[in-house]
Amino acid sequence: MNAPATNSEKTAPITIQRGAPGEESWTETFDVPWRAGMSVLDAIVWVRTHADSSVAFRYSCVNANACKECIVSVNGKTVYACTQRLLEEGTEVGPLTNKTLIRDLVTDIVPPKENLRTILAERAKG
Amino acid sequence: MIHLETDVLVVGAGGAGMYAAIAAARNGADVILADKSLISRGGATIMAQMTTAAALGDEEPDSWEKHYEDTLEAGRGLCNEELSAILCREAIDRIRELDDWKVGWARKDGNITGVMAPGHSVPRCVYVDFLNTGPAVAKCLRTQVARADTVMRVSGLAINDVVVEDGVVTGAVGWNLEDETPVTIAANAVIIAAGGLTRLYQRNSASVNMNGDGYAMALRAGADLIDMEFPQFFPIGHLAPRLVGMDPIMWDPFRYKLGGRLFNAKGEEFLHKYGGEDAEKYTTTRDIISYGITKEHEAGLTTENGGVHLSFQHIPEEKLREAFGPVIDKLAANGIDLTKDTVEVAPIAHYHMGGIRVNGQMETSIAGLYGAGEVVGGANGANRLSGNAIPEAFVFGERAGRFAAEYARGRNRVWSDAAAQEHLDLLNTLISRQADASGDKAALGEMWFELQNLMWDKVGVLRTGDKLAVALTRIRELRIALADMVPADDAEFNMTLQDWYDLRSALLTAESVTLAAINRTESRGAHQREDFEKMDSSQEQNQRLRLGDDGALLSDYLPVAKGVAA
Ligand SMILES: Cc1cc2nc3c(=O)[nH]c(=O)nc-3n(C[C@H](O)[C@H](O)[C@H](O)COP(=O)(O)OP(=O)(O)OC[C@H]3O[C@@H](n4cnc5c(N)ncnc54)[C@H](O)[C@@H]3O)c2cc1C
Ligand code: FES
Repeated sequence: MNAPATNSEKTAPITIQRGAPGEESWTETFDVPWRAGMSVLDAIVWVRTHADSSVAFRYSCVNANACKECIVSVNGKTVYACTQRLLEEGTEVGPLTNKTLIRDLVTDIVPPKENLRTILAERAKG
Repeated sequence: MIHLETDVLVVGAGGAGMYAAIAAARNGADVILADKSLISRGGATIMAQMTTAAALGDEEPDSWEKHYEDTLEAGRGLCNEELSAILCREAIDRIRELDDWKVGWARKDGNITGVMAPGHSVPRCVYVDFLNTGPAVAKCLRTQVARADTVMRVSGLAINDVVVEDGVVTGAVGWNLEDETPVTIAANAVIIAAGGLTRLYQRNSASVNMNGDGYAMALRAGADLIDMEFPQFFPIGHLAPRLVGMDPIMWDPFRYKLGGRLFNAKGEEFLHKYGGEDAEKYTTTRDIISYGITKEHEAGLTTENGGVHLSFQHIPEEKLREAFGPVIDKLAANGIDLTKDTVEVAPIAHYHMGGIRVNGQMETSIAGLYGAGEVVGGANGANRLSGNAIPEAFVFGERAGRFAAEYARGRNRVWSDAAAQEHLDLLNTLISRQADASGDKAALGEMWFELQNLMWDKVGVLRTGDKLAVALTRIRELRIALADMVPADDAEFNMTLQDWYDLRSALLTAESVTLAAINRTESRGAHQREDFEKMDSSQEQNQRLRLGDDGALLSDYLPVAKGVAA
């Protein structure tokens, strides 16, 4: 968001895994305007802004690599989307596979003691 | 639906919210600490890199009074002097308390060490190396919050509205992001610690959660805002080349430690033309540098990307490495060698001076409603000194927690579903409307895009009455358009429902900033009008905004609160 825009028409494809638990997942590919040095996060933000705002993705700090919320799987590797560069030839993004899926790219990375459902379940147990 | 009860609800878990929760708990209250993102991670606090101003006086003589004088001077006549005094006096206690909690302040010869920052008369900005102040503070407070038995921490709980009945706060309404469940919370006191608004601008240093929720929530609850025309533009935000994994405001710490020089596209230093100082010294305040760069841009003297050059080329590599250690390697990974390359920088929206109007106990004009942190206005007037925001979060957070606990403890819980109904109805309508979602899948994203560009172009660093009027008209149209927009049909982590609520806050907050900027027909601090270039002493007043019964914003002026209460 903070990088200068260029006028080049070049795009790069990003393929995003979609779906919630209990449904068959599918992928969607979006052609994102290419800017040299852009991150996978830049591309996902572009998709949410200009193509499909419903793509579920967890992130906060955008550039600082401080919140550590944007952890996803990119081309099969666990990375932070905000520090991973987008590849011109194509990038595949999916949710972490070792965490419970919530929807699309979002997994349950909330510590159990901070999760409302878990807190209430613990309380109900007494 | 889920219903919860507590003495004190804290909305937002950054530095202010976490400190408030700790203080409320140690003053005997049960607390719910809710964040729409993850506790300690969602806002500005964890992103802060370095400066935390406090007149410790360990290294060289200093006093809170000196810090206070510097703060007032930077504030260009608009500081609420009581709040500024509290900030400067209690910053010392909070910094020492965090030291006891082992936050890891950088030390020299055994003393906590401070750097000089523009506008401060003494090197008093303490930090954690390297560029690690925010993460260290966030982790430290998070540990303390976790130790407080009476604090229930909830991540992924977005608060939409404060519930007020007969002029008294009774709780709040929100929703659990993970499964879209409406949540009501009965609370004797509510502390709004939801952070700032800089995401409203296209160029910003914000996290996605800094979209003005706190201001809008306070207005809708009936509280006052002040000084909303004063978002602060950070002058040397990173522009090019694209860096990843580094915050755009990262160059400031380099300048505190090493100086550095600014050149326009022709290779000339330019700050002296605007009342600043060139060369090595980093003394010129933020408002003047932002103004200077924007003026150079208008004169066609900036780079192709619209920025100026920042150079550390004259500084030997060993010195760079000594000052920044691993950060130099991160830059190298991004293809930047500071001994050879300059970087391009330009202003970026960074902080908000204005905000919720509170007294010294952090109370708003609504009984039981408190504010803390960046969302509060007054302490920094028309321009904030670097390093004053983190202590503001700690000091105001601690006070809000303490006074809210005193107010809330032992009070009867008053909750009626009826008072919360309009807020719940809105949420339920939005959820049930999702079934009709169709058409433009990016309509909410595009509205964000339009708003950010509008604010940047028309309500940015240099303003005119005409540009502001165009912005106001369009923001009002967007507010009307939003009412009919439909979030997507997703039960889990519904981003578009969040966008909808974020935009509701962002638009009301944007309207507040724009209206206040129209009304202030002078230039002062961060508010620069090209059609009124001079400061006008008759406008040395705080502008207050409130929401009228018909939903329109009302503006009037209050004399600046002068004098320090004991
Ligand atoms: C990149 C960057 C660098 C900075 N560097 C410095 C520096 O060096 N020195 C300095 O003094 N200041 C600095 N600042 C400013 C300073 O960090 C902030 O002013 C301060 O941290 C604000 O703290 P806070 O607790 O008020 O808000 P935040 O830390 O922003 O926390 C607000 C929290 O509220 C949550 N929230 C928002 N809305 C809701 C809602 N509706 N429901 C539930 N939760 C909600 C957010 O998710 C967030 O977690 C910097 C700011 C930025 C962005
Ligand atoms: S967005 Fe915060 S670490 Fe990636």
